Amino acid sequence: MAINVLIPTPLRPFTDKLDTVEVSGATAGEALAALVAKYDGLKRHLYSEEGKLRSFVNIYVNDEDIRYAQKEQTPIKDGDSISIIPSVAGGAW
Amino acid sequence: MTNLADLPALSAEEIKRYSRHLIMPEMGMDGQRRLKAGSVLCIGAGGLGSPAAMYLAAAGVGRIGVVDFDVVDYSNLQRQIIHGTKDVGRSKLASAKDRLVDINPHIQVDTYEEALSSENALRLFEPYDVILDGTDNFPTRYLTNDACVLLGKPNAYGSIFRFEGQASVFATKGGPCYRCLYPEPPPPGLVPSCAEGGVLGVLPGVIGVIQATESIKLLTGIGEPLVGRFLIYDALRMKFRELKLKRDPECPVCGDHPTVTKLIDYDEFCGIRPDVTAEAAAIASASQWEITSVELKKRMDAGDTLLIVDVREPNEYQINRIAGSVLIPLGEIPRRYQELPRDVGLIMQCKMGSRSQKALDFLRTVGFSDMKNLKGGILDWIDKVDPSQPKY
Repeated sequence: MAINVLIPTPLRPFTDKLDTVEVSGATAGEALAALVAKYDGLKRHLYSEEGKLRSFVNIYVNDEDIRYAQKEQTPIKDGDSISIIPSVAGGAW
Repeated sequence: MTNLADLPALSAEEIKRYSRHLIMPEMGMDGQRRLKAGSVLCIGAGGLGSPAAMYLAAAGVGRIGVVDFDVVDYSNLQRQIIHGTKDVGRSKLASAKDRLVDINPHIQVDTYEEALSSENALRLFEPYDVILDGTDNFPTRYLTNDACVLLGKPNAYGSIFRFEGQASVFATKGGPCYRCLYPEPPPPGLVPSCAEGGVLGVLPGVIGVIQATESIKLLTGIGEPLVGRFLIYDALRMKFRELKLKRDPECPVCGDHPTVTKLIDYDEFCGIRPDVTAEAAAIASASQWEITSVELKKRMDAGDTLLIVDVREPNEYQINRIAGSVLIPLGEIPRRYQELPRDVGLIMQCKMGSRSQKALDFLRTVGFSDMKNLKGGILDWIDKVDPSQPKY
């Protein structure tokens, strides 16, 4: 199943500057695992050392936060998109 | 919302000034009088606060407060349009106030030359209807959020990075707050710092004006506020996306059973002050891996074999560089480290020393040992060794 993962600006240095990466998987967790398998440098930004998704990175399937769905078990289907939304502090500078 | 009868009247001059508002039925005299009775506190007179405060002043918001303690610098002018070239070196507040009063002399502008803190936040926010968060760091973001929740004041939120911006309205009654979205801040060091980041000058214009738009809607009660929705703007692709936000019943501040009931130490919460022993150990271990510009120059002059690895981006390398260095941007190091020789001492270098430290830490994990991090980066090199090159 082809799923587009939208990569936010701060993480694009780790995906060869790509803003969208196509992966496959049946759940949000599988799709993210496929993504970090492809781009190793992303791993520490998305997962803690214990392998848990980091709490300051939010994952959406389409416009729904997976925290309020079935977390990493949230099912995905062909044509869905996954957004990675990290917290960004910038403003005044 | 204030009763219509209690709203201030508009003078003949004000009616003339606001005529393009007054002829719209959604706004009309009532809406304009609500703006005149309303107040917005802008946290920061920088990239977001500049356009936001200017539009709020022009729109006729009766009282605008600005909190900042910085001085105008040349590097601000690319995006902080409230300040002009003549203002470089002046306090941002003095410069902002002059500009706002020039745009609209009918409004009251109050400035607060202090850093927002747990001690002053509730006092500063108290007189205002809407708080506009235009800060640039996580501790102040969490502080602003918590103070808004505790006081029951809406937070017109905006944030920017390079070509991408985020906006939402937090802490309205029953709506989500910033902590529902991000319960915890990232640990220091994992998120690119401002020196590595950069920002497209027009980006804070778009996001700051969205924050001003939401403030005006909150004050007048018109339209559908950006509550429970997280707006993401990508300037390069020229795309707006909207994600759903929910109030988290477990949220420590705005949830059903809040555990944060007063303001806390936000530097500590964001991990800015690690415990002293860990910090001392980190400094001791870092110094073993450090080299100063002067020491590096001596080693180069003595003919030592070494390779300077510049981990900045190609566009930064175009501005200045140490002769003979090779360029491998930090993000490419995990993929390209095999290109580096293992029999030659490596000098890791970036703009100020933080990215190159990350590169060094990574290279240690893959077995490199003869390495030093150039303390203070190329900026220090230019100061101490090669002043002929430009700084940025």
